[in-house]
Amino acid sequence: MLTDSDSERLTAPSWSRRHLLDLDDFAASEIELILDTTDAMKEVLSREIPRVPALRGTTVVTLFYEASTRTRASFELAGKVLGADVINVAASASSVEKGEALLDTIRTIQAIGADVCVLRHNVSGAPYIAARESDFRVVNAGDGSHAHPTQALLDAYTLRVHLGDIRGRKIVIVGDIAHSRVARSNVWSLTALGAEVVVCGPPTLLPHGLDRLAPDAEERDFPPVRVEKHLDIAIEDADAVMALRLQKERQANGLLPSLREYSRLYQVNNDRLARAKPEALVLHPGPINEGVEISTEVAHGARSLVEEQVTNGVAVRMAVLYLLMRGEPPA
Amino acid sequence: MTTLLISGGRVIDPANQVDSKADILIEDGRIKAVGSNTAAPDAEMIDASRFIVSPGFVDLHAHLRDPGQQYKETIATGTEAAARGGFTTVCCMPNTEPAIDTRATVEYVVRTAAATGRVRVLPIGAVSKGREGRDLAELADLADAGCVAFSDDGAPVADGALLRHAMEFASVAGLTVIDHCEDPAVAGGGVMHEGWVSTRLGLRGQPPSAEEAAVARDIAVAAQTGLPVHLAHISTRVALELLRVSKNRGVPITAEVTPHHLTLTHSVVAFGYDGNGNAPLLYDTNAKVNPPLRTPDDVAACVEALREGVIDAIATDHAPHADYEKAREFDEAAFGMSGLETAFGLCMSLVHESKIELPTLIERLTIGPVRALRLDRFVPGLGTLSEGAPGDVVLLDPEAEWDVEPERFVSKGQNTPLAGRTLKGKVITTIFDGQVVWSEERVTA
Repeated sequence: MLTDSDSERLTAPSWSRRHLLDLDDFAASEIELILDTTDAMKEVLSREIPRVPALRGTTVVTLFYEASTRTRASFELAGKVLGADVINVAASASSVEKGEALLDTIRTIQAIGADVCVLRHNVSGAPYIAARESDFRVVNAGDGSHAHPTQALLDAYTLRVHLGDIRGRKIVIVGDIAHSRVARSNVWSLTALGAEVVVCGPPTLLPHGLDRLAPDAEERDFPPVRVEKHLDIAIEDADAVMALRLQKERQANGLLPSLREYSRLYQVNNDRLARAKPEALVLHPGPINEGVEISTEVAHGARSLVEEQVTNGVAVRMAVLYLLMRGEPPA
Repeated sequence: MTTLLISGGRVIDPANQVDSKADILIEDGRIKAVGSNTAAPDAEMIDASRFIVSPGFVDLHAHLRDPGQQYKETIATGTEAAARGGFTTVCCMPNTEPAIDTRATVEYVVRTAAATGRVRVLPIGAVSKGREGRDLAELADLADAGCVAFSDDGAPVADGALLRHAMEFASVAGLTVIDHCEDPAVAGGGVMHEGWVSTRLGLRGQPPSAEEAAVARDIAVAAQTGLPVHLAHISTRVALELLRVSKNRGVPITAEVTPHHLTLTHSVVAFGYDGNGNAPLLYDTNAKVNPPLRTPDDVAACVEALREGVIDAIATDHAPHADYEKAREFDEAAFGMSGLETAFGLCMSLVHESKIELPTLIERLTIGPVRALRLDRFVPGLGTLSEGAPGDVVLLDPEAEWDVEPERFVSKGQNTPLAGRTLKGKVITTIFDGQVVWSEERVTA
C-alpha cells in the first residue's frame, strides 16, 4: 500500500503488543516504530483520495463513556482511511445509571465480532478490564486521570517533526498534573525518548510521588521528572511547553482560589514564553480555555502547534490501529 | 456430653503464660484441665503431638452481612469460614440491612447464630440510628439484647460531639465504642492510599492524615472524658505514634490491626503481592480496602506496634462481597477483602520472617482482643485455657504450606488479592465448645 521509499525508512518490525493501554512500559524503539509508521500514514493522508484497504474486513468499535470531539473523530477517521468498518457505541453516563455494567458492554462488543475496541472511560483502569476480559484488541483513548497514550504519541510525533531528535530537549508540562492523563502518558513517552521533562503546576494539582523524592525506598516507580511549582523557573530555556486544559470544576472543589489566580501564576503567555528558547514550541491537547491556561496570542501564535497536533492525531491513530492489527509496520 | 483429650501438643496460652508440652482435657464443653497427667479413659483422643495448641481465636471485627446481604455472606457461611480460620468467637459489625440498631435485629443475629452458627457470634450494635451519624441508637437496649460494643464501622463517626455522646451513653452499659477512624473531608473520596501508586494509576488517593486526624480526635475525647474508645483497623505510622504516646499516658484507648495491613502494601493494587513482573497494571479491586493498603514504612510500623503491644489485637475486617461487586471499574468496586480464612497463614509470615514471636501473635489473636473489649464479662475465661473457660481450642501447624484458592473458600466472599499465593501456617483443627467444628483431616480424608 505504501511506496518503496516509505518501507526503506522503516526499521525492522519489532511489534509484539496486543493492546495499547499506556506507554509506561514502552521502550524508545517501540515508540519510534509507531512514529515512523505515522510518517507513512501521513503520506497516505496527503493523497488525493486518502483511502487504502489495509484494514478492510476489520471491525473497530469506539466505545466512549465520556464526551469527546477530536479523539473520537480522529479514531473514526483513522479507521475509515484504512478501510476498517467503524462502529460508534455511545455509552454515556446514562447507560451506567441504567445499571449496564462495563463487563456486560465489553461482552456485547465481543459478541458482535469486534477486532479492536477504542475505549474512553471516566474511571482509571477501565481499559485494563476490557483487555483482560475479552479477545479483542484494546486501544486506550483516555481513562480517568490515568493515561491517554495516543495523545502522548501524537505529541511526541509533533515534537519530533519540529525538533528532530527529542533526546536532551527540555519539555515543560504545565497545569493540572494531578488529574491529567495526558501529562502521565507524556511523562512516560518523553522520558523514554530521552527528553528532560519538567512538570509544573499549583501544589494542589501536583500529585504525590511524581518526583521520586519521597524518603521511602519503595517510592521508585515513576520515571525521573523534575517538579517545579514556579512556571517562570520551569520554563527557562525550554524547547517546548505543553499547557494542559484546566477543568473549571477544580475551583469549585477548593483546589484553586480563582481562575484569575491560576492564570496569574501558570498561564502560558508571551511574557513567560520569552524566558524559553527563542524557537520554543507550544502544545495543548485541547480543547483550549483561551485566556486561562494559555493566552489568545500564544494559542494562535506562530509557535503554536495546536492544530497540527489534531492533524497528526489521525495519522498516529492510523499507525496504532495498523500495528495492532497487522503486527508489523507496513511494507 | 463428650470428653475430649487433646494430647501432646505444644500448648501456648498467653493469658496464663503457658508455653509447654501438655494435654488439654475438655469436658462438657469447658476446659477441665491442662497438664501432663490428665487421665480420662472415656475421652475421645486428638493427637496434637505435631501441632501448636492455643485458645480459639477471637475476631473483634468481621462483616457477616446478615441480615439483608446474605448474597455476600450469611451467619452460617461466615462462621464456617471463621472456624476454618481458627476463630471460635466473631464480633460482627452492624453495617447490615437493616443496620443492627434495634433490639429486634440484635435478637435476629443472636437467634440465627444459635441456630446456624458454627462458632460464637457476639454482635456489635450501631452507634447511630441507621448508621447515619445523626441520632444515637438506643444503646442501653442494644446492650441488654446482647451487643458487646458499638460501632458505625464502614463509616466513621464523623461528628465529634456524637462520638462523645455515644461514649458517654455507652458507659451506662459499660461498653466501648469502636471507631472507624477517617476524617471524610480529608479522605476526599480517595479509593486507595495517596502515594506514588495512586499517582501512577491515576486513582484518587486517600491521604493517611484522614485516619490520623480522626485518631487524634478520638484520643482527645477519651483523654478528656476518661471513657474508653477502641480504634478499628489502624494503618499508619503517625496514627500509631499518637496511640503509643496516649497509651503511655494512661488514656483508655485500645486498637486493632488487620492481617492485610500487617503484610501488604499499596503496590499490591498495581502489581499484585508478587510484583507482577512486566504484566499490565492490575488495578486489583480485591486489594481495595478501607483504610487502604499503605506504604512499607506504615506496614513496618504496624508490625512494630503489634509486637510492642501498642496494638492490642489482630482483627480480620473480614469483608466478603459478591464477584460482581468487585469485577468492575476500580472507583465503583466495593471496599473490603475476605479475610477469615487467610488471617493466620498471612500473619504467620511475620513469625517466619522473625518479626514477631509466635506466642505474641497468638496473644494478639486470643486474650489481646478479649481484654480490649473486656469480653470475658460476657463469656468468662474467653481467650484462655483456664479451667472452666469455654472449650475453644485450635490446633495449628506453623510450618504447613498451602495455596490460597479463593474458589475453595467456605466464605461466600472470594474477594482476596492473595489468590495463588502460598502461605506457610495452617489451622489444622478448630474446636468450639468442646466440639470439633473444623478439621483439616476431615477435609483431606
